[in-house]
Formats: sequence, structure tokens, C-alpha cells
Amino acid sequence: MGVERTYAEINARIKAGKAVVLTAEEVIGKVREQGLTKTAAEVDVVTTGTFGPMCSSGAFLNFGHSSPRMRMTKVWLNNVPAYTGIAAVDAYIGATEISEDDPTNSNFPGEFRYGGGHVIEDLVAGKAIKLEAISYGTDCYPRKEIATTLSLQDLNEAILFNPRNAYQNYNCAVNLSDKTIHTYMGTLKPHLGNANYSTSGQLSPLMKDPNFATIGIGTRIFLGGGVGYVVWNGTQHFPGWLKDEQGNVVGSAGGTLSVLGDLKQMKPQWLRGASFQGYGATLNVGLGIPIPILNEEILRFAALSDEELHAPVVDYSENYPNRIGGNLGLVSYAQLKSGKITVEGKEVPTAPLSSYPKAREIAAMLKEWIQKGDFLLGEPSQLLPGPSAGLSGKTLEIR
Amino acid sequence: MAPHKIVLRFTATTSDQPIIYHLVKDYDLVVNIVKAKINPHLEGTMVLDLIGEKYEEGIEYLRGQGITVHPLTQEVVRNYDRCTNCGACTGHCPADALYMERPSMEVQFNGDRCVLCLQCVKICPVRAMEVRI
Repeated sequence: MGVERTYAEINARIKAGKAVVLTAEEVIGKVREQGLTKTAAEVDVVTTGTFGPMCSSGAFLNFGHSSPRMRMTKVWLNNVPAYTGIAAVDAYIGATEISEDDPTNSNFPGEFRYGGGHVIEDLVAGKAIKLEAISYGTDCYPRKEIATTLSLQDLNEAILFNPRNAYQNYNCAVNLSDKTIHTYMGTLKPHLGNANYSTSGQLSPLMKDPNFATIGIGTRIFLGGGVGYVVWNGTQHFPGWLKDEQGNVVGSAGGTLSVLGDLKQMKPQWLRGASFQGYGATLNVGLGIPIPILNEEILRFAALSDEELHAPVVDYSENYPNRIGGNLGLVSYAQLKSGKITVEGKEVPTAPLSSYPKAREIAAMLKEWIQKGDFLLGEPSQLLPGPSAGLSGKTLEIR
Repeated sequence: MAPHKIVLRFTATTSDQPIIYHLVKDYDLVVNIVKAKINPHLEGTMVLDLIGEKYEEGIEYLRGQGITVHPLTQEVVRNYDRCTNCGACTGHCPADALYMERPSMEVQFNGDRCVLCLQCVKICPVRAMEVRI
């Protein structure tokens, strides 16, 4: 029987400045060098990180009341619509909402230069944002229109609330067709001209705790450069194992998180608006999760390396858009990061869409916060469903 | 001596001049046309690899003709503040001017290799590759 730790014990060590913290990259070498048992006895926390486009992101904003008061039935921030079907002067700006006059794909491929993700980045950068709103006027909220400017500090609350972030794993996207396609996985050249992938592999939070043995409601995390929390599982949370043809487990996939944090604490280097040619606008989110090494089993997964973690290669010209299952094989993150993979006998150059250097920086920052005693671990009040829950996606039937 | 990579810009009145002929015939320069384009307004852009002993005289001749000449590396620049080092551009750069350094997985930009195709400008999700004119 190996080491057993509680959250309270780890937090006591953090407060005393004695906690041993390694990043998810560092711990791999440590386990290779001295084995699981000895490393588990030494290490309290392993920090992970990821920085990439996460479309299901956005922020709840409260603008405060004008005089006379206004309900705000429709709101635009720098000409990007925000959702207002909630209480007066509350709005939700979604990362993929695009500017009202964006030509979209009418001039294909569209550029999608400015969207909700860019509004969030500009807010966090402290820039002035143009607010326009209209309303129908009521006895209690008589004003019918408003145009003004505001910045983040003028808002009562600004809460980043991302309903689907930190995808555990993701497809490596390729194009089998004979024409270039523009997707949320970037621009894909014909005849397997390139392959794009988008996770931080051995640094990726949910790949390092695939059983959801430590991540749950109330887990304190690095979010956008500030402190945030896991508040629920993400939408489309279907955690499971990735298996090769022989049935061996070669990674995990399908888990997602809902996360929340105070936008006012966040920084523009960790929340960056992004545009995918021919597809749309989104937000790059920086997210990092500390994994408490409660026992040796948790460490075993936290120490998985790029050689052991895999992604499915999926065709985005025909199979993905038509919901045809299956894949073109599995490739390891070590292969993906080498710059070349082999698909259907052809050597295909790879490129990431998520930033590995930024993921590494997030894991290092989180490590530093914990070592300084600034950041205590949040013990989940409820863990999220793991692979054993057997969750799987429902499809939308056309009746 | 490595060839100079330069960008020439022509106005409608200079774009019909046989300048390559003069660079070769009068200045004995070795010319490789990397890219050449004339827009509907008859303004032209040409990217050249140029080498030879009379290189400076050749450039003087071009400027004398009213053609603007810039080193290629000043044309496409990387905005380091915006770049997130993701690497999305590296799959599309045909000249390996943008490439991943391994194992750090940081993006490197070697402007000398750039052929001004401008693919990176549209591929980059955070618009970190910029054109200077």
C-alpha cells in the first residue's frame, strides 16, 4: 500500500511552504528516474496547463443602471451582439458571436476578424468598449436607447463562465478530399496535405486525471491568468478511454469542464480573441488545473507522457461533417509533436492549434502560486462523472 | 555571398518597363523571380532574389526608374506581443520561414526565407503576422 494524502494535509503543507509541486512535464522525468512509489511519496501536487481555442466561452456582464433606467432588450459591444434574455442590464457575451456587419462566408473564406472573444480580450486589456442598447420601454424602465462607452472597471460584475472548456483530448484533423477546406480545426489542404491537432498532450489537464478522481465541483484552477473554479462538467461531457485495435488503453477522451472566474482578475495574454478563416471567431483560453497526488494511482495517470497519449485522426472533408464515425488511426502526441505523422501510408506534416509553450508557462505559474502559498487546493464538493459512468452523446434526430 | 531578397513595388507607369532585362544586361546580375503580380490598377509587386557584383548599381537603377525597393524581411513581420506560439502558421508556410523549434515547440520566423505568399497573415488565428507596406 503506497502513500495516501488528504486535501487538508496537502493544503497544510502548502500553507507551511513545504508542498512539493511539479509540473505535468517535470513529473514524467521524475517517475522515469525513481519510479512511481518513491515519486508518490515525495510529490504533493502536479500542475497541468492548456492554452487553445475554446469556443464555448463567454462572460456575464452587469452594466449598472442609467438614469432614466433601461431594460436593455438588445445589446451590442463594439458592434458584437450580446445575449440579453435575462434580467435588466445583464448580458452574456459569447466568444463566437461575430460583429453585426461581418460578411461571414459571403466572400469565402471569411476572415471573422472581430467577435465576442475579441470583445472579452479588449475588456480584459482595459480598453474602452462601445455599448449600444435598445429596449421597448416600460413604466419601470422607460429608456429606449443608449450609446456610451465603458471599460471593465466600470462594470459591476464581469464573470467569465465557459460551459465547455478544457476538452480532454481532440481529433487530429485531416482532409481526404481534393479541395482545401476551412474548419474550426484550421485550414486543411487537400489529399492529406496537413494535419492539425489541438491539445497540450502530456500537459493537458483532463488527460492527466482521466478517472476524474480529483477534478470536480469546486476545484480551484488557473483561468485566464486569474483564479477560477470548476463549477460542473462541461457540455458534451462523455469521458471514456481511447483504445487501439487490440483493445489496449492508449489515452482518454471526451471529458469537458464548465469553468467560472472573475474576469476582472484576468489578463489579456491568457484570454486572446481568435479568428479561423472560413469558420468563425473564438477565444483562446489559458487554463491550468492542479492535481493532488492523493495516492499512487493518481500519480500513475498524472505521469503519462506524450508517447503514451494518443489522438484519433479524423477526416473533416466527408466523415466529420456527415457524422460518419470511425477514424483513420491513432497517433501519439509524441508523433504529432515531431512534425510528421503517417496516415494511410502517406507522410503528413502536423501543426498544433493550441500553444504548448503557453501551456508549459501556465503549469509553471500554477506551480509557483502553490509553492508561494498563494493558492490552496479546492476540495471538490462532488466529483464529476468519469469513464465508469458510461456517458455517451445523444444525436439530434430530424422528425 | 547569399542573394539579396528584395521586394519591388511598381506604379501603373513603371510596371510595363523591362527592368529584368536591364538588371541582367546592364548590371550583370543573377535574377530569380520569386513572385510577381500586377493588380487591376496596373500596380505591380515583385519579389526577387538578386546577386552580383554590381548589385548596388542595379538597385540605384531601379530607384532611378521610380520603383521602390525594400528588403523582404521588412515586409512580413511577426508581432511578438500577439503571437501565442501556437504553431498554426507552420503547417502553411511554403518556404519554411515559419517553423517549430523542437522540443521547445516555439514558433520561429526566419524572414530571409519568406516568399511573401501572405498565407500566414490569414491563417494566424490571432493575426500576429502583419504586412508592412
